Amino acid sequence: MIGGTENRATPPMPRPAGEQGEKIIHRPIGLLAELTHRCPLGCPYCSNPLVLDPRQAELDTQTWARVFAEAAALGVLQVHLSGGEPGARRDLVEITEAAHRCGLYTNLITSAVGIATSTLLRLAEIGLDHVQISIQDSEPASADHIAGYRGAFARKRALALEVVRLKILLTVNVVVHRSNIDRIGEMVALARDLGASRVEIAHVQYYGWALRNRAALMPSAEQVARALKAVDELRRRYQGELVIDAVAPDYYARFPKPCVGGWGQRSLNVTPAGKVLPCHAAESIPGLEFWSVREHSLADIWTSSPAFNAFRGTDWMQEPCRTCARRDIDFGGCRCQAFALTGDARAADPVCHLSPSHEQVIALAAMQHGAPYLYRTSAGAAA
Amino acid sequence: MSNVPSAIADEARPRLPRGVRLVHNEAQGGWVLLAPERVFKADAIAAEIVKRCTGEATFADIVDDLVRTYSAPRERILADVTALLRGLADKKLLEL
Ligand code: SF4
Ligand code: SF4
Repeated sequence: MIGGTENRATPPMPRPAGEQGEKIIHRPIGLLAELTHRCPLGCPYCSNPLVLDPRQAELDTQTWARVFAEAAALGVLQVHLSGGEPGARRDLVEITEAAHRCGLYTNLITSAVGIATSTLLRLAEIGLDHVQISIQDSEPASADHIAGYRGAFARKRALALEVVRLKILLTVNVVVHRSNIDRIGEMVALARDLGASRVEIAHVQYYGWALRNRAALMPSAEQVARALKAVDELRRRYQGELVIDAVAPDYYARFPKPCVGGWGQRSLNVTPAGKVLPCHAAESIPGLEFWSVREHSLADIWTSSPAFNAFRGTDWMQEPCRTCARRDIDFGGCRCQAFALTGDARAADPVCHLSPSHEQVIALAAMQHGAPYLYRTSAGAAA
Repeated sequence: MSNVPSAIADEARPRLPRGVRLVHNEAQGGWVLLAPERVFKADAIAAEIVKRCTGEATFADIVDDLVRTYSAPRERILADVTALLRGLADKKLLEL
């Protein structure tokens, strides 16, 4: 009666006049609004690009309000207010209110550092639906070390408790890698103690800053095996009390993830400066032409921008994906990863064991060392 | 997970927590349940059930009301509603 997050049944978009292509264009359901790249933390796995949008380039309040109205008209149901740290925007409340007024489900994705209690109160009043707070570790000292910010852990704790006190549903997001992966159980217990209803365990995805820090973040095969077992046990232990969603560790998988639910099928991502991307790392693929909300409507961008059409459907695929039975399940994996590891964005994601470049992933996963982190710096995004 | 869902007390007053909303969306072609980081499509019957979970009506009221609306045997409605609401509660999408 209530199905999963299936979007195949949604009515296709009306085709723009004159378009002959075979591609069926679905309606997006989610919009990731990167309100700013500014962030007080420096997580070495940050998925923001190496060159960050500066504050002067950020979209203003009115433009975000227009983007949300266009998104709602396009069928978008949920907006994820993210960054960088969205709390770095002084107009966060106004922006959230604009999204809420369009009937969109508003999800605040925050590091918690930079969101004052008074701001949270106002967000609660205007109808914020959900908050996701990231924690770096269950050990305060290690958590602050990973975030590159002293006192971050204490502030996350305090804000999480406040969210729960305001009866807003809380998700705790933990990004796991070699220095905290052995404490998944402790991190989930912490989330439960804070009053979260959901925990997201995400293994690092190697884009942006994380790609730079890959060897320092990469867990060992034994760690990954233990972590998978731990998650199974935790799910059983917290059944009915805490929902645990886990994103599999890419480099140790046999099949790739169905990245963004299929390119240009379910979601779009608006950068601080207004570029619209099919996925947050899409700018790492050279030669793609992105359109901006400053020049085009969101509906135009969704149906007609070259970047969105580049890998829509299955026509762009080559072997082994083209004739693979899983091509409509995982869509050939992640385009950004295919490009980053093979130099060809149309190749099968080499995480797939059927990819001719899979050996390379195994070799990269074996490259682990304890080098100090290269922290994300906001050099490009000075406040 | 596939075993028979445990019974729900007649006097329970199921309700959606803040952060879970049932909305009708033309563009997406029907009813959807919006939840943290997730969207569930709801068919018409599921929507009718969830719409009644206001925190005011008791579980027994909801079942009775649906029996009247669909003129179906009570046991069947009871089983369907129990399965749906238990499933939602396990996913933290409903408070019982
Ligand atoms: S991953 Fe860390 S550095 Fe990057 S935006 Fe989030 S909190 Fe800031
Ligand atoms: S060959 Fe391509 S479509 Fe098939 S499983 Fe691998 S990545 Fe997916």
